Amino acid sequence: MRITDHPILEFTNKTKVLFVFNGQPIEGVAGEPIAAALHAAGVKVLRHSHAHHRPRGLFCAIGNCSSCLMIVDGIPNVRVCVEPLRAGMSVETQAGKGKII
Amino acid sequence: MEHQAHAKLGAGPTAVFECLQRIPCNPCADACPRGAITVKEINDCPTLDVDRCNGCGICMTHCPGLSIFVVDLQYSPEAALVKIPYEFSPLPVQDEQVDALNRQGDYVGDARVIRVQKSSNKTHIIWLAVPKELAMEVRNLRLRKEPFHD
Amino acid sequence: MMEIELLVIGAGPAGLMAALHAAEAGAGVLLIERSDRLGGQLIKQTHKFFGSKAEYAGERGIDIAAKLIDACEKTKTITIWKNTPVLGIYPDGVVTALHQEKFCTIKPAKVIVATGAAEKTMAFPNNDLPGIYGAGAVQTLMNVHGVLPAKRILMVGAGNIGVIVAYQLLQAGVEVAGVVEASPQVGGYHVHAAKLQRHGVPIYTSHSVKAAHGDPFLEGVTICKLDKDWQPIAGSDQYIEVDGLCLAVGLSPLTELLWQAGCDMKYVAELGGYVPVRNGNLQTTEEHIFVAGDVSGVEEASAAMVEGKLAGMYIAALLGYQTANYEPELQLAREQLAALRSGPAGEKIRNGLSKVLCREVG
Repeated sequence: MRITDHPILEFTNKTKVLFVFNGQPIEGVAGEPIAAALHAAGVKVLRHSHAHHRPRGLFCAIGNCSSCLMIVDGIPNVRVCVEPLRAGMSVETQAGKGKII
Repeated sequence: MEHQAHAKLGAGPTAVFECLQRIPCNPCADACPRGAITVKEINDCPTLDVDRCNGCGICMTHCPGLSIFVVDLQYSPEAALVKIPYEFSPLPVQDEQVDALNRQGDYVGDARVIRVQKSSNKTHIIWLAVPKELAMEVRNLRLRKEPFHD
Repeated sequence: MMEIELLVIGAGPAGLMAALHAAEAGAGVLLIERSDRLGGQLIKQTHKFFGSKAEYAGERGIDIAAKLIDACEKTKTITIWKNTPVLGIYPDGVVTALHQEKFCTIKPAKVIVATGAAEKTMAFPNNDLPGIYGAGAVQTLMNVHGVLPAKRILMVGAGNIGVIVAYQLLQAGVEVAGVVEASPQVGGYHVHAAKLQRHGVPIYTSHSVKAAHGDPFLEGVTICKLDKDWQPIAGSDQYIEVDGLCLAVGLSPLTELLWQAGCDMKYVAELGGYVPVRNGNLQTTEEHIFVAGDVSGVEEASAAMVEGKLAGMYIAALLGYQTANYEPELQLAREQLAALRSGPAGEKIRNGLSKVLCREVG
């Protein structure tokens, strides 16, 4: 969900772009972190941990904690809290450590 | 809760400071055009010269803690005026009936919005007419779900 | 290799002020920031700041950020590199960074490390469920990107960050189920807590989180009451239905670069963890490395700004750029810091600093 009416802030960037999450098209705002676009669309589970396969979501939102690693355009371990969204991106839930090679 | 403005309440609009903890903060003193507010050392709580205060409410918009209110017990025969700092959207409109809330957020009575004083720094001031006996109770308002807010 | 008089690492309140004041005096500055925006945590602070006029009191953090960023961008002697993580500080004084996807080396005469702090988490069953956030993450989502983190949130921690972010959640239209605080008192400024209370938000002092529930994301939290020894009281469990849990349980300084540089470090709980030993001019035991802001001890942003100013002015003077008003201005900055820390609210910081301040460096 996005904030539409805020007493202090205005959110001016409204350039919508489409990207693909696990095969499904989702709309987001160009340049916002992928995690923000996913949250706005109600997606909270971003990956599954490698040992116990536990669902993980966004925690720090500043690229510090590694909770939000996903596969973006085929590249695993992308910190989606700081990776800007671009039109046409493919974003996938990551299981475990991700295949690097 | 004791308030230093009590002595003067009854003689026109006066600022009421609910700033009772020593923290490093003094913008209220700089904000007052009449020099009515003193914060001697930055951690001191503000003191008000009630004779100089005319209840203009400029300090209210500057206070980071939103802890200053203005009370006028002489507003009308039945009602007191309470000015409340408000940073929520949507704003109420003039003449709107709203719920008057106390410091715990509980409904204590009905209030009428006399004026919505907009501030450029977005701490707006809502003037509420409240029953006199609630003048030192009402510190917040809640909009009723009415259609004229778009 | 890029040679520069002063390298400032981190463009939050401390880094921006340090860069500005050093450049104002005449020093050439390279300001490096790992994210794509300057301002650090300031750009999320929609509330008005405390302090005095000299620390922009009464102005909102976002507006202070806009002013400082604008001033830095307009200063020709400040080179700004965004999207640039610093990778290392080496014994010969060389600093490496990843700039525009390229590995690069920098040789600064002086360095100010102003990397800030990272949020702590806390241990309870299911503390890794999606829907459990650090308070900074909640602020980033809602105040920078305009996205709501949840519909109904429980806040953990009634320090300033907890009570401020809870209020910001209300402003964004999120229901705040309450604020849980393990200690018997609210640690944040009482005026912030009062803002929440008059909106009917309960503050559960002497309470803690026992467990989070939900699959695959958060659906509720069990809290319990604590006794005077901070132990859970049997039978005091209370289930609160929320889809968001926000942790505001403290910050720890981001000191990796200081460790790597070989600065003497000391664990000081009052300052948030390991912090560098330094003198009153924010100089560490590595002579050319200075610190400012939360990396030197977690404190309010007002103090971070003054520390940045102080370190920036002092270093400029060391580099030979001593302005006419240098001595009185430096003295003023010291007095500002002392005033901010002088009251009861600054007691913890004063205790912490007394453990880590040294007179002489080296």
